[in-house]
Amino acid sequence: MSIFVDKHSRVIFQGFTGEHASFHAQDAIGIGTNVVGGVTPGKGGTMHLGLPVFDTVAEAVAATGADVSGVFVPPPFNADALMEAIDAGIRVAVTIADGIPIHDMVRLQRYRIGRDAILIGPNSPGIITPGECKVGIMPSHIYRKGNIGIVSRSGTLNYEATEQMSVLGIGISTSVGIGGDPINGTDFVAVLKAFEADPETQIVVLIGEIGGPQEVAAARWAQKNMSKPIVGFVAGVSAPPGRRMGHAGAIIASESDTARAKMDTMEALGLYVARNPAHIGQTVLQAMREHGIKP
Amino acid sequence: MNIHEYQAKELLKAYDVPVPVGGVAYSDKQAAQVAEDIGGSKWVVKAQVHAGGRGKAGGVKLVHSIDEVKKTADGMIGSHLVTHQTGPEGALVHRVWVEQASHIKKEFYLGLVIDRATQRITVMASSEGGTDIEEVARSSPEKIVKEVVDPAIGLRDFQCRKIATAIGLKGRLMPHSVKLMKALYRCMRDRDALQIEINPLAIVSVGEEEKLLVLDAKLNFDDNALYRQRGITDLRDLAEEDPKEVEASGHGLNYIALDGNIGCIVNGAGLAMASLDAITLHGGRPANFLDVGGGASPEKVTNACRIVLQDPNVKAILVNIFAGINRCDWIALGLIQACNHLQIKVPLVVRLAGTNVEEGRRILAESGLAFITAENLDAAAAKAVAIVNE
Repeated sequence: MSIFVDKHSRVIFQGFTGEHASFHAQDAIGIGTNVVGGVTPGKGGTMHLGLPVFDTVAEAVAATGADVSGVFVPPPFNADALMEAIDAGIRVAVTIADGIPIHDMVRLQRYRIGRDAILIGPNSPGIITPGECKVGIMPSHIYRKGNIGIVSRSGTLNYEATEQMSVLGIGISTSVGIGGDPINGTDFVAVLKAFEADPETQIVVLIGEIGGPQEVAAARWAQKNMSKPIVGFVAGVSAPPGRRMGHAGAIIASESDTARAKMDTMEALGLYVARNPAHIGQTVLQAMREHGIKP
Repeated sequence: MNIHEYQAKELLKAYDVPVPVGGVAYSDKQAAQVAEDIGGSKWVVKAQVHAGGRGKAGGVKLVHSIDEVKKTADGMIGSHLVTHQTGPEGALVHRVWVEQASHIKKEFYLGLVIDRATQRITVMASSEGGTDIEEVARSSPEKIVKEVVDPAIGLRDFQCRKIATAIGLKGRLMPHSVKLMKALYRCMRDRDALQIEINPLAIVSVGEEEKLLVLDAKLNFDDNALYRQRGITDLRDLAEEDPKEVEASGHGLNYIALDGNIGCIVNGAGLAMASLDAITLHGGRPANFLDVGGGASPEKVTNACRIVLQDPNVKAILVNIFAGINRCDWIALGLIQACNHLQIKVPLVVRLAGTNVEEGRRILAESGLAFITAENLDAAAAKAVAIVNE
């Protein structure tokens, strides 16, 4: 088991023939992902990486039965491509794009109401279920199969946590990057909910950042609804207020936005908290020991 | 992207939002001319810098004669205005805005933001105008009223009437405020603004009549949407931004100056923040935040080193790369290129991980240059802090 994507997922890439999509589609195929084709408007009917190219997502879904899409379309056109994926019945749409206008996201989130699709991103490293399915840009070789779920805003901090665990012999069930933008499709709570229901996941690592109410909302939800232990970390204890720290969403606009306030709340709600970014792996190990969980 | 108050008022005027009669001036003579042209007997001279807190810092003055307008403008233009948002060095004032002074009867707060919890545009208003809204939110949150806008439907008249009633706008001012709020909403949506803050919105008396007037306006725009907002892009004032940050963004780097002595070069915003945290937890102080982004070429890494080293406080540099779409070998080549071109005199602590890490480490080892390598984040931060504390 795993969440959102697995070996049964039938994956297409939108913007398939572009440089990034080509590179990451090949890497995905390399770890066993069932890539069934792609979409590039105007190139329908051709072949790319030995797979069929379609003009529209609807055609791709009809011909291949695709249910997951990696949307590698430039930011100005990305929200439209996501709506196209949702309209065509794609179950999980993953967007890597960094730089989608926020008003496009406001409209997209409105569009999603009444439609079931799961949206991962934007400004996300994507999603990986090791050995089964990868839709994203993460270095797949660092992800080994295991029983720990990861959900993070940041890509590189997700890799960092994964490596710290890997050194300790701990592997991953599924890793989800919800993205560093102020508006994300799938939020922490939705991912926690899925991990709670996944029999293979025994502990969840939640990696947040300064800015926004999501980390605290997730911790509150977890306290009421989760049986599985959570290890939390929030980046940015040294960030000055009022400055955007790289990610569009990483900005301290009020006292509750700070990393310290978020980690204090997590701790008060009974989560394990790694106060030092270098201690995420060790904190997971501690949680495993205390709950009798083996890697 | 932020714009000046005078630009905000000119932009809002195009949406039929009532703003005071005024003009911008780059010299004391121009300021006097503006005051004469717009007429009246009292004027407000306002220093145009992006930083907030101008009023308390002496950047907003009420004057009663053309001569006083000239003198006040002369005092402001070319001076450094120090507010609680500028830091001790202050912001250089290049221009002032001169407007007719109004007879203010009451002040309100009106703001439009994209609320992260609802993921929608939210209109916020308060009868406590002219003060810091953060303070109102802390001390008396019940005095702030909110209406969330469905993007498919837009801001409705009835929502505006609810807000107007809640903050005490009655009579003829009620329909005026509805028109004003809807105009602000259109501006926010059509110009890709992240935030519009009117503080204060005032009831002013003009003879026997009362009317609404926007006395100050702060607008902030989405950098990601500037490609489709040419008119807004033209309003950017580079003089208001840190020159190192401007240069960095030109090279595709995200740089933010801080006040410590350990320079940082990292890939990814999350890992960059965590690297600063690790330095702080080891008792050190980071000199900057710098995200080289994905696909960093050797040239990009060299530029990153150059920008970090422009800060004279930097005593050591921590390079922390976890390569996903990046390549450790390219990062290593970039660091060697930087050492050769820039005559770097401070120690470099380098931690490489991820894609092509073995190749990257080999290139550094065989370069014959004195890189201090570290196996992981903790060790890298500890080494960098130990160096500056020696």
